[in-house]
Amino acid sequence: MGFWLIQGLNGLALGGLLFLLSSGFSLIFGLMRVANLTHGAFFMLGAYVGLSARWAGVGFASSVLLGGLAVAVTGGLVERLILRRLVTRPPAQRTLAQVLVTLGLAFIIADGCLWLWGGDPMPLPLPAALSGAVRVGTIAFPFYRLVVVLIAVVVAAALWLGLERTRAGAMIRAGVDDMEMASGLGLPVSRLFTGVFCLGAGLAGMGGVLGGPILSVYPGLDTDMLPLALVVVILGGIGSLSGALTGSFIIGFIYTFGQALLPDLAYVILFLPMVLVLVVRPRGLFGARGA
Amino acid sequence: MTIRIWAVLAFLLLAGSASAQEPIRVGFLTVRSGALAAGGRQLEEGFQLFLKERHHVLAGRKVEVIWADTAGQPALTKTKTQELVERHRVHVIIGPLAAFEALAINDYVKQAEVPIISSSAAAEDLTQRKPNPWFVRAVGTSAQVTQPLGEYAAKVLGYRRVATIADDFAYGHEGTSGFQRVFEDNGGKVVQKLWPPLNVADYGSYIAQIKPDVDAVYAGFAGANGLRFLKQYAEYGLKGRIPVLGNMTLVDEGILKSMGDEALGVVTGGWYAAGLDTPANRAFVAAVRQEYKADPGYYTVGAYMAGLFLEAALRTVGGRIEDKTAFMKALRGLRLTESPVGSLRLDEYGNPVLNVYIRKVERREGRLVNVVVQTYPETSQFWKYDPRTFLAAPVYSRDYPPARHLE
Repeated sequence: MGFWLIQGLNGLALGGLLFLLSSGFSLIFGLMRVANLTHGAFFMLGAYVGLSARWAGVGFASSVLLGGLAVAVTGGLVERLILRRLVTRPPAQRTLAQVLVTLGLAFIIADGCLWLWGGDPMPLPLPAALSGAVRVGTIAFPFYRLVVVLIAVVVAAALWLGLERTRAGAMIRAGVDDMEMASGLGLPVSRLFTGVFCLGAGLAGMGGVLGGPILSVYPGLDTDMLPLALVVVILGGIGSLSGALTGSFIIGFIYTFGQALLPDLAYVILFLPMVLVLVVRPRGLFGARGA
Repeated sequence: MTIRIWAVLAFLLLAGSASAQEPIRVGFLTVRSGALAAGGRQLEEGFQLFLKERHHVLAGRKVEVIWADTAGQPALTKTKTQELVERHRVHVIIGPLAAFEALAINDYVKQAEVPIISSSAAAEDLTQRKPNPWFVRAVGTSAQVTQPLGEYAAKVLGYRRVATIADDFAYGHEGTSGFQRVFEDNGGKVVQKLWPPLNVADYGSYIAQIKPDVDAVYAGFAGANGLRFLKQYAEYGLKGRIPVLGNMTLVDEGILKSMGDEALGVVTGGWYAAGLDTPANRAFVAAVRQEYKADPGYYTVGAYMAGLFLEAALRTVGGRIEDKTAFMKALRGLRLTESPVGSLRLDEYGNPVLNVYIRKVERREGRLVNVVVQTYPETSQFWKYDPRTFLAAPVYSRDYPPARHLE
């Protein structure tokens, strides 16, 4: 009983963390058709900025916002100055160019972090109010992990409201569904792109700061996290918020219980559902038609 | 005619003396980019400090270092090694950082016949089943330090049932197996073995599996993973309930400085401890602290030891490193009576027989330190086993020796 409860909570917590990581990735992929391989680096950059903020005595919540803001600005610059230039290429070349450019940027950001913050792994300090464990009978569970789940749910709700209930959200959805038609109708596609890229990058940055206390901050965090984002988004369906949410929690549970029940398959377990989905339902569980 | 002969002779003599004045070229394989860069920096610091103390002169000859960044990628390590040997014509190589890098260049080094002093690579077989006459190791193997820990856990701490959790790659496997073998030979039982993938996002699901009734948990981690594991171990309320044993890198000084109270009380085996209270080590620690504002750890000491190895062998051959065979013979036969890690000699496989320290993390003067609680002097990579029977068995791995007491 204790086993199922605590592993269930673990799955939930990992799912929350994965959603914070992958929602921005999904958003960017959905609108811009860019497999943004810089996403892991954005996550790490956010974590480092948050770390510096914490060291400077900034509160945890403000550090999260600062991390998000810094990465959002970085993302905006990347989109305006670099990715924008690739859009004019023919589609076949464009995808390859985007993949290569974002991968190269990921390396540059990772090296920049190494240069600025050094290579030592560092813990991201939590305020006392958020650390500690919740006790249920004999079982202890870290309180902060529950906070992460809560934050993931709040972020999901905010994103859903933003996309479904606001004018900007409607424009983004129009863009996801049919880009050419949207621009034909006079939607400000250019500003939309930059905005979405900033938002997606900012979410990654916030996710980095929020994940920092669990994962700690170290060179290589970027490449550890990027595959997870890919797995979640492929499973859930590209460009679908509910897909990213469901995908995150499915992966969180599969990963947690898989590692506990089938330890010898620990390496495979993460990718198995993705492969199955690609075979059976290539557009993902919640993927839009033709995406 | 005679003038000509004299001229040629003079030229040859001059050229001869000029080559004797030529500096010793050391090729140093380090890591400056990627996830292992912190270790690479510490390696460089250890060697830089050594050279600075010697004013860049060893056995009367100037030393020139050619640094090569392998990025921690075996393929690149090989390219860089070839470059060092064939283009820079280095006399000796120090490094590389990781075991998989060392394994990647092992054959090339053998074939190119270039002396190599390993500053950190711990893979057992480099000095066991894949011996290389051109290779010596300045540090212990993965299991050299966990084997004595196995005895300590059974005999001194009196533990009977232990669960193990370690990185799922060769270094984690080897350390765990060495611990398990000696622990079980002394009456203990390893009742559970967990192998989280190297890049696992979260240890929560593993920590929750640890059997609540074990006497201790053996944790075999390297790099950031140790930091994450110990922190999460405390968060899940296990710290203080089940004691933690571990391999050398779990609480290496290079990472200990980033840790907090979660590391207190962790008992590990290592061939070094910054808290080692000998004159040689006190001076060394003071020098490192002054130079780099941190305690020396695995990589810093490893590179410094590699420097001491180079110096000792050069002294034996009077600085004539060009005579590779004589230099290599001197290297493989060296003894150090005094060094930061204590006295040591090399066994016939090129691996040091050295003191293994059982260390405990304590807080001293506001910082976390590995304090030596027991010393196993002159410990061989084969522990107390006969080298021949040891080598006849397979190398330590995930499944060898088999765990007979899993529950």
